[in-house]
Amino acid sequence: MSRRKTERLLNLVICLLATRRPLPAEQIRHAVPGYDRDSDEAFQRMFERDKNELREIGIPIDVVRDPWEDEPGYRIERQSYELPEITLEPDEAAVLGMAAQVWQRASLAEAASGALLKLRAGGVHTDDALGGVGGGLGGGALELRVDTRDPAFPALWQAVRDRKAVRFDYRGAGSENVHTRTVEPWGVVSRRGRWYVAGYDRDREAPRAFRLSRITGPVTTFGRPGSVQVPEGVDLRAMVAFPDEPASGRVAVVRVRQGTCEGLRQLARAVRPGADGWDEAELPFTDPERLAGWMASLGSDVEVAGPPDAREAVIRRLKGALA
Amino acid sequence: MSGSADRLPRLLALVPYLMSHPGAQVGEVAEVFGLTEKQLIDDLQLVWMCGLPGHTPGDLIDVSWDGGEILIDNADTIARPLRLGIDEASALLVALRMLAATPELAEVRGDALPRVVAKLERAAGEGAAAVSSQVAVDVDAAPDALPRVREALNSRRRLSLRYYVPGRDEVTPREVDPMRIVVADGRTYLECWCYRAEAMRLFRLDRMLGVEVLDEPANPPAEAEPIDVAQGVFRPSPADPLVELEVTAAGRWVAEYYPCEQVTELGEGRLRISLRARDDDWILKLALRLGDTGRVVSPLRMAERVREEAERSLELYARQT
Repeated sequence: MSRRKTERLLNLVICLLATRRPLPAEQIRHAVPGYDRDSDEAFQRMFERDKNELREIGIPIDVVRDPWEDEPGYRIERQSYELPEITLEPDEAAVLGMAAQVWQRASLAEAASGALLKLRAGGVHTDDALGGVGGGLGGGALELRVDTRDPAFPALWQAVRDRKAVRFDYRGAGSENVHTRTVEPWGVVSRRGRWYVAGYDRDREAPRAFRLSRITGPVTTFGRPGSVQVPEGVDLRAMVAFPDEPASGRVAVVRVRQGTCEGLRQLARAVRPGADGWDEAELPFTDPERLAGWMASLGSDVEVAGPPDAREAVIRRLKGALA
Repeated sequence: MSGSADRLPRLLALVPYLMSHPGAQVGEVAEVFGLTEKQLIDDLQLVWMCGLPGHTPGDLIDVSWDGGEILIDNADTIARPLRLGIDEASALLVALRMLAATPELAEVRGDALPRVVAKLERAAGEGAAAVSSQVAVDVDAAPDALPRVREALNSRRRLSLRYYVPGRDEVTPREVDPMRIVVADGRTYLECWCYRAEAMRLFRLDRMLGVEVLDEPANPPAEAEPIDVAQGVFRPSPADPLVELEVTAAGRWVAEYYPCEQVTELGEGRLRISLRARDDDWILKLALRLGDTGRVVSPLRMAERVREEAERSLELYARQT
C-alpha cells in the first residue's frame, strides 16, 4: 500500500467516525484529501475499493439509505468500531500473555499478536514475558505451544469461521486411493499434535472426521457464508477421539531373551524367569496385528509362543521384512 | 506487522497506544510494534499529516517526538483501538480454552482463566465466541509423574527417573536437573539437563516410569540452554545419517509420525521417504515393524541388517516350542 493511499484511508476512517450524520459519497470526495476531483468514474472506483479494504480489516461501515435522498450516506458507528473498555487483573494479564504465545510461529500467531497489540493500545496491561506466568512453577517454568503446520489449516479455519462448505482430496488411513470429499465443517480439533476437521460428510451422508495431514492438495471453499449449520451441542472432541479399544482380556505368552526388552517387561502382566536364558512374559493385547508390529520390531530378542493368531501375525511380519 | 499492507491497522493501534501511554519513548514503542525506530518515525510523520475534514492545522493530529519522548494530541476520533477481529479474538480464546484444559496450569492460575475468557468474549462480540468454540485443542490428562516433577521444579531439586524409550524398547535410569515444563501439541514434557546424556533433553511425563525427588539441589551447568521447540519437539540432528525407505499405502503412517527430510509420492499410495535416523537400532526396529509394508532402500548396509535380523528371528519360530 502506498503512503498516499494509507494517508487517504486513515483520513477516511477519521472522517466517517467523526460525522454525526451519514455522508454521501460526493461529500466524502471533497472532505478526504486524495480523491480524484475530475473524473467521477475514477472516484467511484477508488471509493469502492477503499470501502472494501476498510471492511477487510474489520472496520464496520454503515450504509444508510434515506428515502428522501437519492444517494446513500456512509458513516462508521463508534460503538461498533471501538474496542470496548476492558481491564485485566495482573493474573488475568499473565494468562492472556501466555495464551498469545501458544500460537508462536503457527498460522494464528499473527492474529494473536494483532489482538494483543489492540488490547495494549486500549491501555490493557498484558504480560507477554513468560516469567512469572507459571506462578507456583517458578519464573518461566512453563511453556505451551501448538503447531498448525498443516498446509490445509488456514483454509479450513477460514471455512469454519465463515461457515462455508469445503472440498478436498483425501487419502484415508492406509488407503491406496485418493478421493474427493465434500464436507460441511463443524470445527477443527487438535488431538495429540494432529489436527482434524470434523463435520458432515456429504458423500457418506454422515458425520466424519478427517486428519489434515492426509488432505492432499488445496482446500476449496464454496457456498455462501453462513450456509453450514453446526448442530447444537455437537462434541467435536468426541468425533476425533479414538474409540477406546474394548478390553479383550487376551494375553500373549512371549519368550524374552534375558537382559533385553526392558520396556516390554515393564508393560507385562507377569514375567517368569526361565532356565534356558529366556524369560516368559504375559502381555495383555487386543489386536494381534498391533501386537505383531511391536513384537516384530524387537527382532530376535522375543518369540511369541501364543496364541497362534498372534504368533502367525509376527511370522508374517518378519517374512515381509525379508522380502 | 511491518509490511505495508498492515500499515493502516498498525496506525489505528499506534495512535490509541500513544494516547494511553503519554510520553512513551521512541525505542520502547518501536519494540512493542515490531518496528525499527526509523519506521516508527515514518509512521508518526504520516499520522501527523492526517486528521479531521478541513485539514487546517487545528484539525490535524498533533504528534511530537522531541528528545525521543512521544506526545500526541488532537486524535480523539481514533483514540480507541479497533475492536478485535474474529480471527484475533478466536486465536486468543482458543488458546485460553486450551490453557484451561492444561492440568499444569489449571491448578496454578485456575480462576483467572474463566475470568479472562468472559472479558474477551464480551470485548469481541458473538462471532468470535462462536468460532472459538469450534476450534479445540485436546490436552492429555495430568500424567502421574506431574506432582513430583512440579515439586522438584518448585524446590529446585534434582530428579531421579526411569524413562521408557519406545523406539528402542529401553528403560534407562537418569538423573536430571529440571528446568521447565513444556506442553506442546497436547503432550507434557519436562525440559531438563540430563546427566546421562550430558545435554538438554525433553522427556515425556507419561513415559516416566518412576520419579523420585532427590535431596540434592538442582544445579544445571552453565551451558544448559532452553531447547527451541518452535519447530517441533523432536528435531533430528543434521549430523544423523539419512535413511531412505519405501512404504506402501499401509506404511504411510511413517511419514505422518516422524519428521522427514523428503517425501515423494510413487503412485498407488506408495511413498519414498528420506529421514534422519538417530541410530541404526531405531531404523532396524522400524523396518521389522513395517514387515511387507515398507523396506529400507539405502544405505544398503542397513537393508542387509534388517534382512539378517528378520532371518535370525524367523529361526526362533522355525523350531517348535
